[in-house]
Amino acid sequence: MLVLCEGQRQNMEVDQMQRQYLDYTKSLFLEKGFLDGQFLQLQQLQDENNPDFVVEVVSLFFEDSERLLNDLTFALEQKGIDFKKVDAHVHQLKGSSSSIGAQRVKNCCIAFRNFCEEQNIDACLSCLQQVKQEYCHVKNKLETLIRLEQQIVAAGGSIPVMEFSF
Amino acid sequence: MAITGEIFRQNLTEFLEESLSPSSELHVLAVDDSLVDRHVIERLLKVSSCKVTVVESGRRALQYLGLDGETGSLGLDVSEFWYLVCGVVLTLVSAKVNLIMTDYSMPGMTGYELLKKIKQESSMFREIPVVIMSSENVLTRIDRCLEEGAEEFLLKPVKLSDVRRLKDFIMKGKVKEVEKKSLKRSTIVCNILTHLTSMRSVTIIALTIILKEC
Repeated sequence: MLVLCEGQRQNMEVDQMQRQYLDYTKSLFLEKGFLDGQFLQLQQLQDENNPDFVVEVVSLFFEDSERLLNDLTFALEQKGIDFKKVDAHVHQLKGSSSSIGAQRVKNCCIAFRNFCEEQNIDACLSCLQQVKQEYCHVKNKLETLIRLEQQIVAAGGSIPVMEFSF
Repeated sequence: MAITGEIFRQNLTEFLEESLSPSSELHVLAVDDSLVDRHVIERLLKVSSCKVTVVESGRRALQYLGLDGETGSLGLDVSEFWYLVCGVVLTLVSAKVNLIMTDYSMPGMTGYELLKKIKQESSMFREIPVVIMSSENVLTRIDRCLEEGAEEFLLKPVKLSDVRRLKDFIMKGKVKEVEKKSLKRSTIVCNILTHLTSMRSVTIIALTIILKEC
């Protein structure tokens, strides 16, 4: 009969969580391209004195994006679409998604801007749907990632550093 | 316009603190209209041991520097008035920022316009290095900024290595300058304070009234 003391049991849990975290992160980056190297940069800026930096930036990104997506929806619903305005909103979304490393959202925005330039209404509407979808995906992933991190920290472990090179 | 008086008092206190005990810490003014980017650049700079002030527009940046030239209710250009009374002190006070990093595309005043405004100043402001940040790699844009006197053009998203490299470059130039200037400043400030305290009470009262009117 294997009797583990509380400490050993906790260590196993932390190890498992850390492994799970690394696997999840690997899939986000390498397999699906949801996030790129910029996200790693942000994680590297976090330390014991500023343990909430990533969570803060991610929250700001969510806030900003949701506002922009609303503005975009509104702008594209108008009878006379102001493409300059639409482009300005997309440009902002592209900027913030790039700053956080949300690669797929950023790429969507790049395509979106091209259609704005062409003043192609249908393509723009389709892009808007795509951007919304990509945003939902990445929001999901980021929330999961943050939850995993918080679980590790709560169990007394430290967040493992990712060793990919980009 | 009590704001200008307040800014002056604030500036003077900060300035006195800094000049009497010169720090080799770089003070960076970062300008960006993006919420996310402001947060990131602030962290990048703090991690690089810089003192940071972040504002959301070119207008705010100019306000912070004291360059926005507001007009008082007396129809007097308030900044002119202060320059008249304490010209030397104000000029020295304004050089409290060692570097300005600004986003290019901003509503209202673009980073390029902010750059131009700063480089057009006929004071120490012109000496402050300005770095432009942009997510778009447009050669004509880069050329224009460099021609107008930008120190560097950084492609967003800005990395820690960019900030470190920038800091090293600025520090090399600044350390020598700061050493020379801080000695000069301390002497001048002492002289002005001595002069101010010996001013007749009538003049001091007049100044106070004008301040309140503004």
